[in-house]
Amino acid sequence: MKKLINRQPGTVGRWAYGLLPFVLIAIVYTMASGARLADNPNDKLLPAAATMVDSMTRMAFEPSRRTGDLLLWADTLASLERLGIGVGLAALTGLIVGIANGTIPLVRAGLSPVITGISLVPPMAILPILFIAFGLEQLAKIMLIFIGITPFLIRDLQQRTMEIPEEQIIKMQTLGANTWQIILRLVLPQIMPRLISAVRLSLGSAWLFLIAAEAIAATEGLGYRIFLVRRYLSMDVILPYVLWITLLAFLIDFALNRYSRWRYPWFHDRNQ
Amino acid sequence: MATIELKNLWKEYGQEVVLERLNARVEAGEFVTIVGASGCGKTTFLKMLLGTESPSRGELLLDGKPIPAEPDETRGIVFQRYSVLPHLTAERNVMLAGELAANRFLGHAFGEQRRVLKEAARAMLEDVGLGHALDKYPHELSGGMQQRLALAQALIKKPRILLLDEPFGALDPGIRKDMHALVLKLWKEQQLTVFMITHDLDEGFYLGTRLWVFDKDRLDLQAPGAYGARITYDLPVGKDDRGTLDDIASRVDTTARALG
Repeated sequence: MKKLINRQPGTVGRWAYGLLPFVLIAIVYTMASGARLADNPNDKLLPAAATMVDSMTRMAFEPSRRTGDLLLWADTLASLERLGIGVGLAALTGLIVGIANGTIPLVRAGLSPVITGISLVPPMAILPILFIAFGLEQLAKIMLIFIGITPFLIRDLQQRTMEIPEEQIIKMQTLGANTWQIILRLVLPQIMPRLISAVRLSLGSAWLFLIAAEAIAATEGLGYRIFLVRRYLSMDVILPYVLWITLLAFLIDFALNRYSRWRYPWFHDRNQ
Repeated sequence: MATIELKNLWKEYGQEVVLERLNARVEAGEFVTIVGASGCGKTTFLKMLLGTESPSRGELLLDGKPIPAEPDETRGIVFQRYSVLPHLTAERNVMLAGELAANRFLGHAFGEQRRVLKEAARAMLEDVGLGHALDKYPHELSGGMQQRLALAQALIKKPRILLLDEPFGALDPGIRKDMHALVLKLWKEQQLTVFMITHDLDEGFYLGTRLWVFDKDRLDLQAPGAYGARITYDLPVGKDDRGTLDDIASRVDTTARALG
């Protein structure tokens, strides 16, 4: 009998162990929900699975009586649009400023302290300022995501850029490269996979800022909907919405990871 | 022709003297091998040749002018590690120098120009024995193959001076022998001036034309940084006996222990 630390699960075992907690959670929920509903058929706190499916079918496939929209898809589209624009702008800014900071000492001397300072401001604390400055529409929410994750992306990519071995930068110079060529042919291609992993890390915060902003002022969006139906204690909508957001977050993360592995094999294979 | 002159060259970091009173002259086409204990300024000297460090006192001249204070295409280099770019295949690594020259803004070559560069890169890789690995990324190559690639990448630019910083330090002995043959072949073909740092005294003793030993001839055990290293031996390679080698080896070992 091997020691516990040396025992590895097989392929089947790995799946079984991985799925087990999910199954347990589902069982515990079903039992708890059943017990409460047996006591009080009108209980709203732990709705039965069938009730949630009903509610979500209504949200997804029946036009809203007030606006005529299919609410789930309208909310999803609105939220993903904000998230996409916010994260996209942040990634672009992070890439440009991070590389400039990491590569050119004169730029770093000027920008690095102010970015460190800005990154310490809690983004939620300036949300009122964003609403005042940019209004209650799309822009304020995008700006919150942007302000929330850009400093992290800049600092991370600056660090990654500075970690490129000095030898390679010298090598480029001995091959006749100027500063711009060093950025274009050495730094940018090496930073791209690191940008993707930094974005994956920051997506959690991005969702947080998105939902917070939608909760406070919006007319559609996944976060808006959750906070709206909270007033009616509609757990049958809130719980599936949370699951749906989690699934979306997982799919985005999965897609980014797959893309990075496909596009930058030299980055992912060399650490094996 | 590339002549390198050291005129009373010093390198100090604050209180610590790394190199002192270096005087020498290296003619074009010489192959200088530099040995010495760790901490005796071999790499510092190479960095001065490269332009990433500058002399504290004295002069380091290339063709009578101070050597440029940043790396450029006159001096090629192969490091022990990280010499090749991990995100490019072998072929693209070797094409890189040509691509950078072809377009100053994009650093890419297109069409006919690209085809010519590709062919030159293939010929060069064939020459260093990597004809079968054109499309491999560096992480897919062994240590010896990576160093071959680094040599090919540096030499396709036709530098006048080639700097080698312990290029074979991490390789197996058998592979090392092959690499020696390759370096000597390329050195003769391209009429390079070579400076090579090595830890391996034997390597220094038969590779190239000239052996320099960097050592501290004055060594204060209480303050190892008080005096710098000098070139204590400057020998033509091939005319020396085993006795000299043993003598140098024991002196270098003594310094290494004192510094370590």
